[in-house]
Amino acid sequence: MGPEIRFEQVSRHFGAVRAVEAVDLTIAGGSFVALVGESGSGKSTLLRAINRLDEAAQREGRVTIGGADVTATPLTELRRRIGYVFQSIGLFPHMDVAANVAIGRRARGDGLGEAEVAALLDQVGLSSEFARRMPRELSGGQAQRVGIARALAIEPEILLLDEPFAALDPVTRDALGKTVRALHEARGLTTILVTHDMAEAMLLADRVIVLAAGRIVADATPADLAAGRGGAEAEALVAIPREQARRIAELGAKADK
Amino acid sequence: MSRFWTTLWGLRDELAAHLVLSFAALALGIVIALPLIVAAARNRHAAQIALGLASLVQTVPALALLALFYPLLLSLSALIGGGIPALGFLPALLALALYAVLPILHNGVAGLRGLDPAVREAADAMGLTPAQKLRWVEAPLVAPLVLAGIRTAAVWTVGAATLATTVGATSLGNPIFAGLQTQNWVLVLAGCAAAAGLALATDGVLVLIERGVALRRPLLAWLGLALVAVALGWAMLPARAEQRPALVVGAKNFSEQYILARLIGSRLDQAGFAVSYREGLGSAVVFKALESGDIDAYVDYAGTLWTSELKRTDTPSPAAMRQGLAQYLAKPGGARLLGTLGFENAYVFAMKPEVAKARGIVSLQDLVSVAPDLTLGSDLEFLDRPEWRAVSAAYPLRFKANKRYSPTFMYRALASGDADVITAFSSDGRIAADKLTVLSDPARAIPNYDALLLISARCAADPRCIGALRPLLGRIPVVAMREANYQVDRDTAKQTPDQAADWLATKTGLAR
Repeated sequence: MGPEIRFEQVSRHFGAVRAVEAVDLTIAGGSFVALVGESGSGKSTLLRAINRLDEAAQREGRVTIGGADVTATPLTELRRRIGYVFQSIGLFPHMDVAANVAIGRRARGDGLGEAEVAALLDQVGLSSEFARRMPRELSGGQAQRVGIARALAIEPEILLLDEPFAALDPVTRDALGKTVRALHEARGLTTILVTHDMAEAMLLADRVIVLAAGRIVADATPADLAAGRGGAEAEALVAIPREQARRIAELGAKADK
Repeated sequence: MSRFWTTLWGLRDELAAHLVLSFAALALGIVIALPLIVAAARNRHAAQIALGLASLVQTVPALALLALFYPLLLSLSALIGGGIPALGFLPALLALALYAVLPILHNGVAGLRGLDPAVREAADAMGLTPAQKLRWVEAPLVAPLVLAGIRTAAVWTVGAATLATTVGATSLGNPIFAGLQTQNWVLVLAGCAAAAGLALATDGVLVLIERGVALRRPLLAWLGLALVAVALGWAMLPARAEQRPALVVGAKNFSEQYILARLIGSRLDQAGFAVSYREGLGSAVVFKALESGDIDAYVDYAGTLWTSELKRTDTPSPAAMRQGLAQYLAKPGGARLLGTLGFENAYVFAMKPEVAKARGIVSLQDLVSVAPDLTLGSDLEFLDRPEWRAVSAAYPLRFKANKRYSPTFMYRALASGDADVITAFSSDGRIAADKLTVLSDPARAIPNYDALLLISARCAADPRCIGALRPLLGRIPVVAMREANYQVDRDTAKQTPDQAADWLATKTGLAR
């Protein structure tokens, strides 16, 4: 099972901008946690404090993985143990899918066999013939599936997802969300999903944390949120999909009459 | 047409030297640019400084950059006690390499800046070390742009290498400069055609390599590299094994100098030396080249050395000036003044006879009052020379305009009326042929310009060299020199400097 991740009085400032302000948070090993908030709420910055993609910020506080401070491990070694998937995907355009998937293993000094690549592609819902394709030949959804396979190729215990589905169409988005949730279960990962979509967060995660102006303003299970027990800030976000669902249901009811 | 092809065919040595020079410069440029690109990838400030410096180099005209390396290498050589050749291949190589850096560096930095930030982020997040990121991600993605930069640099370098002639490196500039001076357009055309052909061929080969890299077909890239290797192999093949002791004859950039260089060279050749020529050298470069032993013999003029090298402003008698020069040169192990050739090539002010007659001008003094109505046409350097300062001190001449021409075009400008007065040369055949009026110099402001044969320490120490050259002394009257110059300069039935040198040798009884 994936390790516990703990934030202790973590602050991240970019000059005068206080992206994250004194956050204390413990994420249990093996859990699936969603960080929700509007643009600029600090959710991505908080996520990037884990794999230290925040070297440009002024940093305070401690982040630990399984009790060990992330700054105690050499940077490349730390990152080679953490799967990372983000909105703009960042496949290497000059490498085929197999080489893209294998890059993390190659960085560690070993490689990835054809069968292993095929198995990984299968897990993200792609057939093995995708292995020889170049990134420019993929649709957005296919590319992000490759991005997930690339993140999983290093056998991580932690999976960090930064708005991974934001640029995809709703159908692909839904399918990919289910794929990620299934992989989380199968591999016993500690998974953190950053999203601005409360419905997505509630449907995928075990626990939803709402951020505003760099601080945690709500922390609840999806069930509590659905029941309106998440507090005012969370309720404002939950109200939107709830209202949408109600109106769609009404439309259906009208049609039935 | 057949003359063009035979001329082109005869440029084998120049083409080979041009190819080696420009490819070496390009290779050095790449070697300098690539680490700078890598540094720029890591550090924004480094990128700005490197790009700024490279752009600064680019603003210096290629000709000036080449010329600047001469004194630079000379002082560097003096600093470490000699051994660095300041003339020829090395300064040309360095200047051209610096020139080649900018397009490569520029494209590399632009390529890195244009790299998709998502790709960089992915590389970092996957835990690639900086070296892995450079090798696997940045380098292959930027390579096509860098190759495009190398192509630009290659075409520039092949073109600019024609200017290497001015610092004494053999290149396709030799036929171009020589042809321009002697108005041998076939020679100019052949030189240009060869240079253009080489530029196009180089570009074609680089396109091949570029395609190979872009399409990930290594075979194409290797084929391109193999073509480069074959071309270099051909160019570096020694033309023929030369066992004879080698001497270099220098020449400045006008017809008389080309003819005399060939006359000197043919005598040295007959005396058993392997002779090569460095022609088209600037006045300031040629004497230093003799002092440093880069050339072994050339002809200069008393007044030129007196004012430029000795920095003197007085105009003593010819004999006194000669003695002063001989003393100046009498350093142990230095260059030597062998003697005078027998004619003078002084700066003279010349006008069309009808213009001079109409305004009643016979001397420089007469020119003073009418100068504001007239345009002066000079050669490229006269207005910067001490002689012009001496003349304008003695005669307060203020012309309507001062225009500079290469010597050949100066006469054209006078004929067409673009210039009213020109700074001609007294040994020039065109003065007599065009029946120009030469203005007298009552104040004796212009010094004596006896043609002097100067030799290097190496030649001075070799009796065979001195023996071959001594018969030239006092042997060339101005009438013969004028006629020889005119054979090369005239518009019809033009002779090559070689032919004119043969004629001069026969005429003066020097031929065997």
